[in-house]
Amino acid sequence: MSLVPLTVGFVPLIDCAPLVVAAELGFAAAEGLTLTLTRENAWATIRDRVMVGHCHAAQMLGPMPIASRLGIGHLTVDLIAPMALGWGGNAITVAGGTWEAMRDQGAAEAAGPARQGEALRAVIAERARSGAKPLTLAMVYPFSSHHYALRYWLAASGIDPDEEVRLVVVPPPFMVDALRDGQIDGFCVGEPWNSMAVAAGIGHIVMPTTAIWQRSPEKVLGMRADWAERHPDETQALIRALYRASQWCEGAEASELARLLAQPEFVGERAADIERGVSGALCLSPGSAPIRVAEFQGYARQFGTFPCRSHALWFYHQMVRWQQLPAASAAESASRAVTARETYRPDLYRGALQSLGVEVPPGDLAAGRFFDQP
Amino acid sequence: MAAGAAVRILIVDQNPERASLLEEAMREAQYSDVVVVRETHGLLRRIVQIDPDVIVIDLENPNRDVLEHMFQVSRSVPRPIAMFVDQSDAATIDRAMDAGVATYIVDGLRKEGIRPILDTTISRFNAFKRLRDELERTKQALEDRKLIERAKGILMTTRRLGEAAAYELLRSTAMSDNRRVVDVAHEVIRSLKAMQ
Repeated sequence: MSLVPLTVGFVPLIDCAPLVVAAELGFAAAEGLTLTLTRENAWATIRDRVMVGHCHAAQMLGPMPIASRLGIGHLTVDLIAPMALGWGGNAITVAGGTWEAMRDQGAAEAAGPARQGEALRAVIAERARSGAKPLTLAMVYPFSSHHYALRYWLAASGIDPDEEVRLVVVPPPFMVDALRDGQIDGFCVGEPWNSMAVAAGIGHIVMPTTAIWQRSPEKVLGMRADWAERHPDETQALIRALYRASQWCEGAEASELARLLAQPEFVGERAADIERGVSGALCLSPGSAPIRVAEFQGYARQFGTFPCRSHALWFYHQMVRWQQLPAASAAESASRAVTARETYRPDLYRGALQSLGVEVPPGDLAAGRFFDQP
Repeated sequence: MAAGAAVRILIVDQNPERASLLEEAMREAQYSDVVVVRETHGLLRRIVQIDPDVIVIDLENPNRDVLEHMFQVSRSVPRPIAMFVDQSDAATIDRAMDAGVATYIVDGLRKEGIRPILDTTISRFNAFKRLRDELERTKQALEDRKLIERAKGILMTTRRLGEAAAYELLRSTAMSDNRRVVDVAHEVIRSLKAMQ
């Protein structure tokens, strides 16, 4: 039987692991596919390559296909997410000077979002009083869980994300350099880039974003709706291969998975730095011993691959909350919410996995708990 | 098209050779208002100052994510209505992507106005790619020649052959094995290393 070739795009982050494992360890071949993985540094490039068909599918930021379907920030492209590629894996890291200032205001290593946020608020107030320029914080893309987690935490801490800090975009592979050069004071990014900033002696991890939102949804598998419609078998095969690869990642030795991802064509960074995020045992400060961060990141457990519509809806609400969407009438808003929800396709996920006899949530999942909720 | 003169084009490219090739091509096509930005530091401020109608950038430039964020948040930056000519113009989009070019068209520029700019950009991006490929090939040919010279030297010493005979041995081995001369040369060098 000849294998069907598919090209799939990814960005160098630990959550590209299911794609790498599916391609390298035979899960794709078992489903009759041969995957060519193409590495990109920009999320816009990923989206465009899927749009014109250079890539059949890609690792995408969860809110990205929703923004494309709603036609914000770019062309309207009918993208869908038939599965999720895990949860968590991001953290907020600040430069040494900012961390010291936060500690002076009561922040502590491994403390929760409320305490760290209170300290940051005090630092920002102090800077405003002394006439220092506002802190610049980076995230990876306007439509990303990183952006929304950062804004949620800032706002919940009494900091206006639009007025009291400067939020900028820096692509993941450039985060550490931007922090080193003093272009930014902190960032929210996926692993291994937080651990790399710590290993370089320039960054302190304030907290994982799963401390803000427990098991917060992260990347998805994105593809064009018309492609999925015309290629139902390939779509199902890809979902199954990635499902099995995700299961494998979940059970894998962290060191083994880190070595695989460390190869130059994948994440291409030091295995020791990659292992931090994969194992969930992070070094929070330069020179400190790794400590286990509870529920830092998951590939498959807790239904990590299920494309949950309540998550899609939450992302949509952030687009509304932060005025990324132009104002609309009530009817238009309602129809946008439906468009956003239906970007995620649990029906395709269930259809693909039915034959495997695996446990699939019968309905939607609850969105999970935020740190400032009872 | 004389009307082309009224369009302000911003080229964002960290590659100075390609940027100047593009700039030259735009001027040849009668677009005189062309600004090239190589440094992406402070890009937002530059865009506000320059106030371009069209922004041309390498498809894979990581600063595209930065640009898209600026368009999202900044009220002071004119918002691009679309990328490429028109959403329905799939062939043009595909051609642009193949060449590796992304174009942001800022609000208000008519579709007819962008077409020649895009055509010029695509053909110049392609020309640049060809140039680079050619350079690669020349470099490779030079490397190959060096390897063959070394292998020849080895054969001349170990087999006590003249230069012409040494090359002939490489060539005939390559022919009978259906391989390239440089591959045989490589093997000769490797086997000498293994003996050392």
